[in-house]
Order: sequence, then C-alpha cells, then structure tokens
Amino acid sequence: MGEATPEIRHEIRLRVNGVEHELAVPARRLLSDALRHDLGLTGTHVGCEHGVCGSCTVLADGRPVRSCLMLAVSAVGLELTTVEGLAAPDGTLSPVQQAFRECHGLQCGFCTPGFLTTITAGLEANPTPSEDEARDMVAGNLCRCTGYQNIVASVLRAAELGAEEAGR
Amino acid sequence: MKPAPFDYARPDTLEEALRVLAGRSGAKVLAGGQSLVPLLSMRLAAPELLVDLNGVPGLDHVTVDESGVRVGALARHADVLAEAGVRRVQPLVPLALEQVAHATIRNRGTTVGSLVHADAAAEMPMVLRLLDGSLDVVGPTGRRTIAAADLYLGPLESSVGADEIAVEAFFPALAERSGVAFEEIARRHGDYAVVGVAAVVTLDADGRVSEARAGYLSVSDVPAVVDVTEELGGGVAPEALEVAATGALLDLTPETDLHATAAYRAHLVRVLTARVLTAAHDDALRRAGDHSGGA
Repeated sequence: MGEATPEIRHEIRLRVNGVEHELAVPARRLLSDALRHDLGLTGTHVGCEHGVCGSCTVLADGRPVRSCLMLAVSAVGLELTTVEGLAAPDGTLSPVQQAFRECHGLQCGFCTPGFLTTITAGLEANPTPSEDEARDMVAGNLCRCTGYQNIVASVLRAAELGAEEAGR
Repeated sequence: MKPAPFDYARPDTLEEALRVLAGRSGAKVLAGGQSLVPLLSMRLAAPELLVDLNGVPGLDHVTVDESGVRVGALARHADVLAEAGVRRVQPLVPLALEQVAHATIRNRGTTVGSLVHADAAAEMPMVLRLLDGSLDVVGPTGRRTIAAADLYLGPLESSVGADEIAVEAFFPALAERSGVAFEEIARRHGDYAVVGVAAVVTLDADGRVSEARAGYLSVSDVPAVVDVTEELGGGVAPEALEVAATGALLDLTPETDLHATAAYRAHLVRVLTARVLTAAHDDALRRAGDHSGGA
C-alpha cells in the first residue's frame, strides 16, 4: 500500500467522431473517463458508473455501448461516436437532436447524450418504429425528469425527420 | 468508484494469451467486460493482471449446423441473436438472450463470458445446463471440453482453471418433436430476474410427453435443472403440472436475499414451472405439426 511507483501508462490510439487521438492511459482508465478527462469530450455523461443508467452510452462501430463498462485500452480499433459527433460539422442538429428540441425530449439534460446516441443507432436499425418499439429502444436508459413520454415522442418525430431527410 | 490498478496485456494470439496467463497468479480474462468491469469499478474484484482477448482473431464466430450452435469467446450476445440460423436450430438460445440485460449491454457482453462468469442469476449458464451443452477451454495442456453438468461449482465459480481460457460454447440443437419456453420475473425490464425458468419438452410419436426438463435461474446458488418427466406422467393437465412443480421444488432450495424471500421464490417456481412446461409443450406440438405437415 502507498507505494510510490507510478502506474504504467499504455500508449493507445482511439478513433472518436472520425478523429484519431493518441493518448497514454493507465489500464484501469474507463472509456467514459478517457473521453471526458483525456480527450475533453464532456458531452458523454457519467451517471451510475456501473452500466445501469445509460447516460454514458456511446456508439462503437455504430452500436450503442456503455462507455463506463469498457476500458479505454480495450477500445482501440473501434470507431467511436459520442454525442459531439451527432450534429453536422456546421452545427446543424441531427434528426434525433432536432426531434428532442421540438418535442421537449429533455429537461435537465443529464441523461440526454445517452438517449441521443442510443436512438441514433436504434433508428439506423429500425427507421420506422412503432410506439412500442420506440419505448423498447430506450428501455436501457434512465431519465428522472421527463417521465419518458416526450422522449418516446422524440423517437417517433426523429423517425419522421429522418424519412424527410432521406426523401430530399 | 474506479478500478484498482492492474497490469494489462492485449495478446494477438491465443498461444500468447495462454503464456501470459500461465506466468501470473491473480489474472482475469477480459472479453466483453459487462460483468467484470462493474466488479472492478466497485472493487469487488481486484485482479493483478487483465488478459484482454479482444485483440485475438478468430474467436468471434457463431456457427450453426444441424448438431447445434457454436459460439466463440468474442461473439457478443447481439451477434448470436442476429444469426438467423440459431433460432431455427435451438430456439431456446434467442428466447433467453432477449432477456439478457438491455440491448446496449448485449452489444458488448459475450455469451461465453457470461457462461464463465457463472452467475446463477444469469440466463445463459442455466440455458447451457438445461440443454446439456458444453464449453471448450484451452490451457497449458491443450484443449478440453467441459460438460455443462460439470461446469458450475458454486456462486460465480466455474470449473474453468485459472490458467485456462474458454474459447467456444456449444448449445445442442433442439431434438425432433421438442419444444422450448422461457419466462422470468424481474422487478424492472432488463434487471436480474427474481426467478427465471426455462423448459424443454419432448413428445413421443403418440404426442405424449416422453421427456420434460426445467431449468432455474436465481433460485439456487448455481443454475439448476430438474427432470419432471415422471411427475408429468405423459401430459400437461393442471394436476400433472401441479405435481411437476411440487416435484421440482423438492430438488430446489430457494434462498432469501434482498430481492425476494425464499417463500416468494418458491411461489414463483410453482407458477413459472407450470407456465413454461405448458408453453414448451404447446411449442413441441406446433413444431411436431409443422414437421409432419410441412413435408
């Protein structure tokens, strides 16, 4: 206990929102902490830090994963997308973000990054969800403000916006 | 909380992974990490070394043939669910997988990892046990196959050696004229089940039950399987189901914990045993009908 030897840092490359980052992290660095503290991408929120709340959800190769349940060193080679990567480079909101704005899908906003990433991937897999499917899509994410009604409405609205965008 | 410090190795081959593992005590193997990482963060586990399998190629397969389903150590639950042939050859696997946590967890968590984690509250260890599947492991002396019946020793304890790596699970195909069912009761969707029960029922040529087994999760400290063929006496009439559920309880010792009392668990065992045996019986009738009618 209390030994002074510094922890070994592993030099890794993480690809986040299309940009390659080089960082040196201890093996125990959670991906959520690497994103927030090492890369300054604080849009990914940490709620429960044991995989229950869904706030820290990011996309790995397009699939939602809990960044608090992954080690940064184990995320090499994955194409990561955080909430910062959802809007267009000019700041235009993605259909899911636009829908949350229109439908009042957030209140305090703490859980929102996890919902946005989860729904983005969910609509990719199922672009025309029923209300039940929309509810199921967000079943792994907790929100303590909204009561979920407006989040489900946002999923359905985002599907509409996505269809409009695809039709243009 | 954050994990305690540990050494980390990300080998490129299985041989190297075994070498690293053999050289150290207190090592753990990391695949999906959906059970391990929270244990690390809560400091319920503090291994000295993590051997990360995610850099090892050739372990992410889901292979289906008429004998059953083979799942590699790096196949995520979601990959197994997405493989259409799995549902055809062994429908109990996807039925249970759909109950494993939430989709987001299934995207990263591995089926083999869950089997080795040996949580009696988890779905897949019970399913492997009920189906009489097996787990292939490699170690310093080569590869061996562990029958599911020999896999679970105690709470979170499997018979996979500290110097061994589980590489592939085998879920045998559903036999002809057989059906399956799975049901669990959880306080919230995606939570660990208070009790979960699965059943496999096989009919003879006359449509009578020739074999019926039920598997139980979250009832005992290891996944439990009970053969209720005799109790059913050939059919699933309400009285027969009552006898089967009573018989199953004789073989089980429901335990009390934070989530439920032993008495409530016993109640759920009774109710769910009757339900899944009925559902598996109906499923078997349907499949037997499909088989003869669809030729």
